[in-house]
Amino acid sequence: MQRYIIRRFGESLLALFALSIIIFLMVRMTGDPALLMLPADAGAERLEEIRHSMGLDKPLVVQYGLFVRDYSTLSFGNSLRTQTPVYDEVKDRLPNSLKLVGAAMVIVVLIAVPLGVLSAVYKGTWIDTLATGFAVLGQAVPVFWLGILMIQLFTIRLGWLPSSGMGGLDHYIMPAFALGFFTVAAIQRLLRSSLLEAMDSEYIKLARIKGLSEFKVVWKHALRNSLISVITLGGIYIAILVTLGILVEVVFAWPGMGRLMFQGIVFRDFPVVQAVVLISAAIVIFSSLVVDIAYAYLDPRIRLQ
Amino acid sequence: MMVNVIDTAAIQPVKVTRLPKIFAAFKAAPVIPLTIIVVFVLAALLADLVTFHDAYQVKLPERLVPPAWVGDTTVMKTVSETVAIDELEKKITLTKASAIDSSSQVGDRIEVVVRQGGSWSRPMGTDPLGRDILTRIIYGARVSIIIAGAALAIGGGFGTLVGLTAGYYGGKIDTILMRFADITLAFPLILFAILLVMVLGPSMMNVIIAISLVLWARYARVIRGEVLGLMQRDFIARARVSGASDWRIMMRHLLPNVMPTLIVLLTLQVGWVIIVEASLSFLGAGIPPPTPAWGGMLAEGKEYVSTAWWVTTAPGVAIMLVVMAFNLCGDWLREKLDPKQRSI
Repeated sequence: MQRYIIRRFGESLLALFALSIIIFLMVRMTGDPALLMLPADAGAERLEEIRHSMGLDKPLVVQYGLFVRDYSTLSFGNSLRTQTPVYDEVKDRLPNSLKLVGAAMVIVVLIAVPLGVLSAVYKGTWIDTLATGFAVLGQAVPVFWLGILMIQLFTIRLGWLPSSGMGGLDHYIMPAFALGFFTVAAIQRLLRSSLLEAMDSEYIKLARIKGLSEFKVVWKHALRNSLISVITLGGIYIAILVTLGILVEVVFAWPGMGRLMFQGIVFRDFPVVQAVVLISAAIVIFSSLVVDIAYAYLDPRIRLQ
Repeated sequence: MMVNVIDTAAIQPVKVTRLPKIFAAFKAAPVIPLTIIVVFVLAALLADLVTFHDAYQVKLPERLVPPAWVGDTTVMKTVSETVAIDELEKKITLTKASAIDSSSQVGDRIEVVVRQGGSWSRPMGTDPLGRDILTRIIYGARVSIIIAGAALAIGGGFGTLVGLTAGYYGGKIDTILMRFADITLAFPLILFAILLVMVLGPSMMNVIIAISLVLWARYARVIRGEVLGLMQRDFIARARVSGASDWRIMMRHLLPNVMPTLIVLLTLQVGWVIIVEASLSFLGAGIPPPTPAWGGMLAEGKEYVSTAWWVTTAPGVAIMLVVMAFNLCGDWLREKLDPKQRSI
């Protein structure tokens, strides 16, 4: 177990290292990073100044050292638009984004697990058809359009739910559902097929022979093992939620990182976009590390491999 | 006992036709998704022939015309001598009312058209800049197909090459290449593409580059897995004994055998690429504005959801239908070509 954790931790560090190298080189090889850090109307003098303060006149290795130092001390530079440190903005918005992703996860578990189980148990019936249709839709509808449709129905037509911003629990319903929809579809399909496989296995036959109720056989014995296949891909699902979160935040004017990034794109505010990408990527890498370790803890087959 | 008497003269030479076989292959074909794909491809190819409006020309007087089946929107207003600004919604002046109905008098309630209905010359209405939405959807299909085609060709091609190399040579080369693939897979891809487009500047070429750069890893992983299985087989050893070069073995012996997997993966990812492209355009980090891209059209209509629902509905439906069609066809192909992967 210890060896597995160390190896997995090393992999995550490597991924972070690669990410930083890629961003570092990408910015420097495709043009002048000083230009990206300045508004379009800045003079040549200011450009020189920025170049010097960013250390662009130093060797690449030294530049990379500075880059890592800046980011590891959470100094993301100043926003071009507001001239305030990006860190200040991020600090307030990160928790909001995490809350949204958390709410979406709750919705995903609440919908995907029952749907997956039902469509496996009632395979071939109308329940299965309905659930599968739901999954097919979920993987084809772009989240931002789903958000717009929900606003049109629940805010404009019916006036039931608020369409933007944060507030009480009712503010979470639409964004969290829109964000979770794609993942619900993916998990539901996966769960269905792995549950069908599990229901065929010897240990389920044994459980039935033992005289357990069908409910216990499905929800306790079969589901437990099938969930492993879902947890294996846990890291990927988190990455999907974090990424789609940006789009959902834009639609629902959610005061989180995604909206910050959107404003960054609109105003060509490179330091802001760079910071959001790095932080989100770090969150994804870190959470898939946690998921994998938890998974190895649950399933001895993984850590002994 | 019955004896079958065979009339030898009646036996005709069996005609071997390949046609029924082809039909059999398409027997369980998903007809609706295939039709959608055909329409999508034709629309992209023949965009210039099947549209009657300019996809770019701004006509502000014709902005936000509703779809053809939407009739005039009318409001009941009371006729009065003068109208105070804050009462405009419910009242109308006598002069204006007379122009609509010459017999109207102060105090009457008359029906006033506040928005003209649509016409069949613009079946899906117009956008906030007065451009025909159907025309832009059709040209948008072209944009989607170019981006999906190019990104899949570049990313899929490169990824396949990496997968073949890693699986064929194994050892250190395999380890290093797969590490790279894993790192790429671990990134939130849309974010990465956004950053890339930010640095390179938004253009169709750069969107293709950004998507290809994140796409290859998936192909490398899957193809490598297939190749590892094939390497144990006799025909590879025989090809080697017969003196085939590494490149020849990869291209002539391995590639055809991974083709089914590759085709399935390509089909399944068309939808994914279209959604990524639409997401980038929606965020303003994709195809720059005047070009009709479905994601960009959705972004332009976002501000008008309460007054002009049709601006976002058309591109939304277009994306959904095409993505769903490719996903369903991909699932079908997987069942047909690659029974091993059915559960994935």
